Amino acid sequence: MAAVHHPDHGHGHEHEHHGAPSGIMRWMTTTNHKDIGTLYLWFSFMMFLTGGVMALTIRAELFQPGLQLVEPEFFNQLTTLHGLVMVFGAIMPAFVGFANWQIPMMIGAPDMAFARMNNWSFWLLPPAALLLIGSFFVPGGAAAGGWTLYPPLSTQMGMGMDMTIFAVHIMGASSIMGSINIVTTVLNMRAPGMTMMKMPLFVWTWLITAYLLIAVMPVLAGAVTMLLTDRHFGTNFFNAAGGGDPVMFQHIFWFFGHPEVYIMILPAFGIVSQIIPVFARKPLFGYSSMVYATSSIAILSFVVWAHHMFTVGMPVSAQLFFMYATMLIAVPTGVKVFNWTATMWQGSMTFEAPMLFAIGFIFLFTLGGFSGIVLAIVPVDIQLQETYYVIAHFHYVLVSGSLFALFGGTYYWLPKWTGHMYDETLAKTHFWLSMIFFNVTFFVQHFLGLAGMPRRTPDYALQFADFNQISSIGAFGFGLSQLLFLYVILKCIRGGEKATNQVWEGADTLEFTLPSPPPYHSFETPPIVK
Amino acid sequence: MNQETARYYVPAPSTWPITGSIALLFMGFGAAFSVNKIPAGYWLLTIGFSILFYMIFGWFRTVARESEAGKFNDQVDKSFRWGMSWFIFSEVMFFAAFFGALYYMRVLSVPWLSDLEHKILWPDFAGGWPASGPGITQKFTPMGPWGLPAFNTFLLLTSGVTVTWAHWALKLNKRGQLKWGLFLTILLGFLFIGCQAYEYMHAYSELDLKLTSGAYGATFYMLTGFHGFHVTLGAIMLTVIYCRVLSGHFKPEHHFGFEGVSWYWHFVDVVWLGLFIFVYWLV
Repeated sequence: MAAVHHPDHGHGHEHEHHGAPSGIMRWMTTTNHKDIGTLYLWFSFMMFLTGGVMALTIRAELFQPGLQLVEPEFFNQLTTLHGLVMVFGAIMPAFVGFANWQIPMMIGAPDMAFARMNNWSFWLLPPAALLLIGSFFVPGGAAAGGWTLYPPLSTQMGMGMDMTIFAVHIMGASSIMGSINIVTTVLNMRAPGMTMMKMPLFVWTWLITAYLLIAVMPVLAGAVTMLLTDRHFGTNFFNAAGGGDPVMFQHIFWFFGHPEVYIMILPAFGIVSQIIPVFARKPLFGYSSMVYATSSIAILSFVVWAHHMFTVGMPVSAQLFFMYATMLIAVPTGVKVFNWTATMWQGSMTFEAPMLFAIGFIFLFTLGGFSGIVLAIVPVDIQLQETYYVIAHFHYVLVSGSLFALFGGTYYWLPKWTGHMYDETLAKTHFWLSMIFFNVTFFVQHFLGLAGMPRRTPDYALQFADFNQISSIGAFGFGLSQLLFLYVILKCIRGGEKATNQVWEGADTLEFTLPSPPPYHSFETPPIVK
Repeated sequence: MNQETARYYVPAPSTWPITGSIALLFMGFGAAFSVNKIPAGYWLLTIGFSILFYMIFGWFRTVARESEAGKFNDQVDKSFRWGMSWFIFSEVMFFAAFFGALYYMRVLSVPWLSDLEHKILWPDFAGGWPASGPGITQKFTPMGPWGLPAFNTFLLLTSGVTVTWAHWALKLNKRGQLKWGLFLTILLGFLFIGCQAYEYMHAYSELDLKLTSGAYGATFYMLTGFHGFHVTLGAIMLTVIYCRVLSGHFKPEHHFGFEGVSWYWHFVDVVWLGLFIFVYWLV
């Protein structure tokens, strides 16, 4: 196990020395942050397509009232697994993939702090995914109680629920190890002169995200462990007859769940904060306020969880506290939106695909934020609880928020990673198709929710038919548009115009001082940051 | 500083992580099948655990060899410190979930179930603490604090002293005292585990206190059980460190393996104090 980064192989004479494995073994044994980042990104894309197929099946069933395609039981399994797969399989690993590729290059580190553990963080995900997807094929099918796994439904279901529980355990272990790695890398591996307040914002947002993950993933593990023992070992955590309370699961779950939604959006803020200044050709407006705003959002995320459960019957004082605390989050978020807008103000802007996605992000994520404020208001939320308004809200922050930032980040760094420019026309087409079909899909769901259509139902009253048809058409358009994304990426990997080191005219972070594509081991000797 | 330690040590490609993932694949399916009484599950679980033990043994052996070969410079050492601190923090949050469940049941759900509104549903449920729950008729006796639990507290607190005594010795290069300190710590640790096992048997056979005894039983066994599991892990880790000390590992200025394990040991100690106060004492 000699240090493989010595190019001269005769050097490690006292150790058994072999070259890097090739083929499949390279990917299974790699300790290189770029390889692992690539694995994360491809895994998340496959999960994105898997979750997407589930979503399209859901939308196909909802195209018209009545039961057409799937059994109601299977429909519930689809909504549950769509949520779990997208959250834990697509969005989170995609951001970890970006962290792996970018953080060492952006802070001038040779690799992640724990390169071997980094490999394990990734390779824990495929077994978890097999458990999740495999649960469709066991008696009773997959978990069907919603991605939030609320008891008493989740304490009653078949083996699929147990597989989901163990999948969550494994994914949690993966996230915790990945986060410890990121925190340690950021705190201990920065190049000389790279002080904390000189770090690119993507690094900052990931540092805070990793802190959130370490704090809340164990809580989720505890919650599903209690589910497991309630299911099989006779404990009564979530059973009133035994002194427990099903609502307690909701408290513990959302103590995880609310920081979790910021885990999925803070790195997106980071990516957007990298893109906007480059294409506006101006430094980011209010860098330090961005850092403080991100930290504030993270801290506040721990004291707002019960806004997910206003209708469970809690004291009015608690409802008021959680309502005001939730609204408070709009302040630091508003600071960020203001800063992005102010960065663009009087900038020399160009609109390549990353910038289009970043601007689309600001516009649509803010809309999702506004509907979040609407839902934070207790009397309104009591009307809208479990309706399509909630679905519309969180798809605005997760799809046009997190996912758009991921698309933008992909186009922004793809030339750096592959050494080739992507096809700008196709990428812009991908943006406009995504933008239009996304809104066609989800904007109408606000109206459905306000009119009272409940979520998680395969059938609905006739009055909801028109908007559901529009939404389903949008969903298929959005889904098919993503094949274009895949095509653009594959085309870019196979060739294209040679990318320069700097790639983008305004780019000034450390990764753009490296060649495109960067060498396998970048920054073996740390750069000096002035 | 020679060329080897000037760089941050990035390990070569390794098969240990993927071995661990294969182990967890077996364990995940094995556990899911086992809890549903499917016989294949027990086999899968056994295979999974075997692979996992093989992986843990091999991976840690690799790390210990790298350490002894002097590959870890000060910066790597600092990484280990950050990593271990954050790992312990994640463990704290895991226990926080179960302590949270204890407070919730004790302060909220049990009083609610015995309040005036619930009299129609559960007329005979008096509430209070320790309580099992309105639907559980079997009586139990709670575990008192001043017998074995107090002795266990004494054991763990003493072991915290002995491990620190061993650490002082390591820093002063007094290998004899180091070995004795570690030996005593391990002895106290396993003694604690033995006492806990005896306490569980006592609770099941004489106090009728079971995992199924409602709110009190569930929180009692899950909290003390996970703690006992962590003490067991800690004691195994200490044993590994002891074996490494016997083989002459660790230097007065370079011994993070030892320190990390002692941090972990202090952590299970602190969790125990929380347990002693909130699970055993304040009933």
